[in-house]
Amino acid sequence: MADIEKKEGMNSRRRFLLAATSVAGGIATVAVATPFVMSMMPSERAKAAGAPVEVDISKVEPGMLLLVEWRGKVVWVLNRTQDMLASLPKLDNQVADPKSEKNQQPKYAQNETRSIKPAVLVVEGVCTHLGCSPVFRKDVAPADLGPDWLGGFFCPCHGSKFDLAGRVYKAVPAPTNLVVPPHMYLSDTRLLVGSDKESA
Amino acid sequence: MSKRLEAMIGWIDARFPLTANWRAHLSEYYAPKNFNFWYYFGSLAMLVLVNQLLTGIFLTMNYKPDASMAFASVEYIMRDVNYGWIIRYMHSTGASMFFVVVYLHMFRGMMYGSYRKPRELLWVIGMGIFFVLMMLAFTGYILPWGQMSYWGAQVIISMIGAIPVVGQTLSNWILGDFMLSDAALNRFFAYHVVTLPGLLVVLVIVHILALHEVGSNNPDGIEIKANKDPVTHIPVDGIPFHPYYSVKDIFGVVVFLIVFTGIIFFMPEMGGYFLEYNNFIPANTLQTPDHIAPVWYFTPYYSMLRAVTVNFLWIDAKLWGIVLMGGSVAIFALLPWLDRSPVKSIRYKGPIFKFALTLFVISVLVLGWLGTKSPTPLYTLLAQIFTVIYFAFFILMPWYSKIDKTKPEPTRVR
Repeated sequence: MADIEKKEGMNSRRRFLLAATSVAGGIATVAVATPFVMSMMPSERAKAAGAPVEVDISKVEPGMLLLVEWRGKVVWVLNRTQDMLASLPKLDNQVADPKSEKNQQPKYAQNETRSIKPAVLVVEGVCTHLGCSPVFRKDVAPADLGPDWLGGFFCPCHGSKFDLAGRVYKAVPAPTNLVVPPHMYLSDTRLLVGSDKESA
Repeated sequence: MSKRLEAMIGWIDARFPLTANWRAHLSEYYAPKNFNFWYYFGSLAMLVLVNQLLTGIFLTMNYKPDASMAFASVEYIMRDVNYGWIIRYMHSTGASMFFVVVYLHMFRGMMYGSYRKPRELLWVIGMGIFFVLMMLAFTGYILPWGQMSYWGAQVIISMIGAIPVVGQTLSNWILGDFMLSDAALNRFFAYHVVTLPGLLVVLVIVHILALHEVGSNNPDGIEIKANKDPVTHIPVDGIPFHPYYSVKDIFGVVVFLIVFTGIIFFMPEMGGYFLEYNNFIPANTLQTPDHIAPVWYFTPYYSMLRAVTVNFLWIDAKLWGIVLMGGSVAIFALLPWLDRSPVKSIRYKGPIFKFALTLFVISVLVLGWLGTKSPTPLYTLLAQIFTVIYFAFFILMPWYSKIDKTKPEPTRVR
């Protein structure tokens, strides 16, 4: 190479051909890499498994928690009692984002109860810290969580606490409220998790 | 050597540089004559690498990388495959011992300034090996698909999801699914048995080629190449690697194997540190174990991840934790340029460096211990203090290594 350059010089024709070959080679490399890189994205089967799940909530009594599996994650459906709902405003000054201002829920769940129907909470049971699944602790003022505990969810991994609307307490590792997945009611008792009117 | 053998080698040498390479890398590779105990760990790391490669091949003969079969196939290896238990314990103990010898190997480099000019690139290649080794350990730990495999991976993958803007897409791309599932197990198996071991072997060869180019450092931290015999051009303080250090290393291998087999036969789980008890429970995607801790060799970094609890500069605490954890590993690669001391070896460095290095080792040990515990307010505070010390060791090095009172280096090794 160096010899050729010395002998004939790097004339503009040679330089152009070199650049053109490099560009064509670069484009070919990207084109060949595409199928390999894209093959690693979720497959059609994985996408199909992420399809919405229909749940019958007619048998979920007040105070009861139903676990639903959607996209391999736990989704909690909690039918809250009047007492449980009454606990929420009392915690407004203890939780980090009382008005659900951070985008952790669809618009229709950005309210005091973080739900469409006031009583029925639908949230992903996945801690927003590092993905562990918190434990449902509806007992009021248990020994380990202290006398101020009005019921909620406690993450055993790193000690994050959430109230009965999935709102995160202040000064815990988890940064944000639990995620409310897209969901909608097909009828009074039939809940669809994973899809709502906007995206359907 | 018999005439026939000589002729055969001659035949090969005319076609492949066999004798030339034997000389360049073994019988005429001159290493400093003052190697001590700390110089065993490089060759031991190669021994463990061979152990991992060999036992790994035999494990793949019976392991099934399928979320519904993986756990049972590991139990099948342990119970029904002839001598499967010893092959698996050689592999699992080998993983931990790999980190033991590599950590000691790295500490040797820090003590004797082996990262200093002209060995900067050698050190950086070594850091590449360390990174690949961590990836191998992570992907390997997922394969048994027990509770710790699953939830440990879940925690690590959640970190990728926390990267702003691209995090979620990146995590889907890595997992091949919207959550940790069979797709991820299958591809992590591919990385663990093909991609990463191949990369590791190539990097180890490159590491040795770079070493043999610049020559080995030694406990005195002086260049033996600076003092060559005028006639032979052999360093006067150098001795051929073979037979001197090959024999020394064989002694190291014997001692190492006594320890290694002792662990395999008497305490392969090492009280839950080498193999965690929760990993004897099959992965359950709906229930997290009460206590999640990584294997011992990752606990210092895990402590730093958890240490950040306050949001800072518009970036939330979780992301800072991830940045600190990545930074704690990456910052090692900058050592050659952080150390401004006029001498290389700890033997001639001053009290400030000795104090700093001691404090650094203590902070790594304390962070490692904290990483195995559930966080309490006191433990979190301790983790924060020692994380600061850990980083201060590196970040303040350009200053304290410069003002430190050093002793003059000798001209010959001792």
